Parts: sequence; C-alpha cells; structure tokens
Amino acid sequence: MITGTPKPIEEILEMVEPYDNIILAGCHGCVTVCRVGGEKEVQVLASTLRLAREAGGRKINIKEVCLERQCDPEYVEQMRPYVGDYQAVLSIACGAGIQFLAEKYPIMPSLPGINTGFLGVTERQGEWSERCQGCGDCVLHLTGGICPVTRCAKSLFHGPCGGSMQGICEVDKSVKCGWQLIIDRLKALNQMENYGKLKPCKGWSTARDGGPRRIIREDMI
Amino acid sequence: MLPCTGRIEESLLLKAFENGADGVMVVGCLEGDCHYVSGNIRARARVNRVYGILEKIKIGPDRVRMFNLSAGEGSKFAAFANEFVGKILELGPSPINMVRAGQAQAVSQKEAT
Repeated sequence: MITGTPKPIEEILEMVEPYDNIILAGCHGCVTVCRVGGEKEVQVLASTLRLAREAGGRKINIKEVCLERQCDPEYVEQMRPYVGDYQAVLSIACGAGIQFLAEKYPIMPSLPGINTGFLGVTERQGEWSERCQGCGDCVLHLTGGICPVTRCAKSLFHGPCGGSMQGICEVDKSVKCGWQLIIDRLKALNQMENYGKLKPCKGWSTARDGGPRRIIREDMI
Repeated sequence: MLPCTGRIEESLLLKAFENGADGVMVVGCLEGDCHYVSGNIRARARVNRVYGILEKIKIGPDRVRMFNLSAGEGSKFAAFANEFVGKILELGPSPINMVRAGQAQAVSQKEAT
C-alpha cells in the first residue's frame, strides 16, 4: 500500500487559514488501511479543525467526504456537483490523490493534509516499512523475494558493501542489511545459483531517472 | 452509555467538545477485566490521542480523562466523578464555550440597544 503520516495540525491550520468553507476529502484506499486518511481520520481532523478555528474566534465550515479512491476519475467526479460551493479542498489521500483533485478541479486550491510516505507493508498495528520503489524492472525471482533496490540502502546489485556488519546496515542499527537477508534466503531456498544470474548492469531507464512515468496498456484501451 | 469503551471513537470525544462539553470523562472497566478482551485498552489509546489533539489546539488536554473501575464500585465512581468535575470547574469553561458566551453576550447587548 501507499503509506503516509499526518501533517502537524499547526501546519494544516496555517494552510486553511485563508478559507472559511472547505471540503475535507479522505480516501477509502491505502490511506484508510494505514490509518491516515480514511473516513475516521476525516471525522477526527474535521472536528479538530472546527474546534481550533472556533476557539480562535473564526469558525470554519467543513464538508466531510470520503471517496472510494482519489486516484480514479469516476470517484473524483463524484465531487463535481458541490465542489463549486467551497473555497478549497483539503485532501488526506496520498500525493497522487491530492494531485488528481487539483487536476480535475483546477480552479479549486488542493491542499495536502498528509505527508505521503512509501510503498510498503504493515509490520504490526502502527508500524509500516518500505518494500518497493517501483523501479519498473523486478528481479525478486532472483533474490529470494527480497528487493535489493529497496532493502539495500545503496540499492546495490551484487552483494553487500563493506558497511554490512553482522547482518546490520551501516546506515542505521535498526536496518538489516538487505543483501545479508537475500543471501540468507537464497541459501535457505537452495537457490544460491541465482546470485550469479543477476544482470551485469541494471538499467534504470524504467525507474524514476527517466522523469515522470506512464503505463499504456494497448490491450486495455 | 455504550456497552464497551472500545466502541468509543476519537471523533465521538471531539464531537462532545464541539457540542459544548467543558470536559469529558470516559469510564471503562478495569484493565485486564474487559468482557471484550481489549476494549478498554483501545479506549485508553484513543483517549490519549484526543488528549494530544486537545493539547495541540489549546483547548486543554486535562479536559478529557479516562477512569477504570468495576461495575460494583459505585462509591468509587462517585468519587471519580466529583474529582473530575472539580478539576473542570477549576479549569473553567472551554475556550469554545468562552467564545460562544462572548458572542451571545454581544448579540444580547446589540439587541438591548
């Protein structure tokens, strides 16, 4: 899922300061699962903003909505009938959703209520960690299902660097060496021959290096 | 009245303040004694989060508090309620109610003139 963290309330209050009538839009997708931008978070943030603003002597009217997904046009379109009645939209979806709202409703300021994090997994309630950087050329079949791009701090492709000490990365003592994990897994799977099959040089043209990416599936158009 | 404090959402506690409460006390069963296993533990975490929110927006964190007691401790409940009411009286009306009272007073003065 795409993860995120709430922005400090002080920062959000500063953002909405010019407005008295806004939409607060959540998303039922990833941000609901990571408890940062779903229906419950919309309710809590709306109440918090109303209380803070009224205590400061200037009320704010907030329309609370939670779209199925803010990254799909058919759901974003559902806001069209009432969007003109408000001065701005504060979105607590991921950066993709916030930008899609801005794109679909260009005359309406689109404000971010969260800081978008990474593509990750839930370790336990309240803890998420990164697993994928969307490099566009997956090699997980050769690395025991552990991504060297994401799990190695340097995104190395040919084994651990000199900063790997007893399975721990030099970057942070709480970070396991991605390559140690890969080698341990390959040994356990009896697939160490895969270590030698890695491409001599990874092409990064499919990653972010080529600028904003797009996928066009001719078979679906 | 809710069947379990585990049903309490953060938004419900904040709504109470929006609706004019000066303080909110959440009374749950003793920890380790929840009929639904961990309802009161969840409630404690939510009350703590609301505590943090109220502190950040300067409503005053002490206006929300959780108490734990068993259903058989009536006198303890009364003591907790009196203690909390005393604390809220000491704090005075919430900033929301202060603003609303000020606005109501301004309206009545305008009407009188």
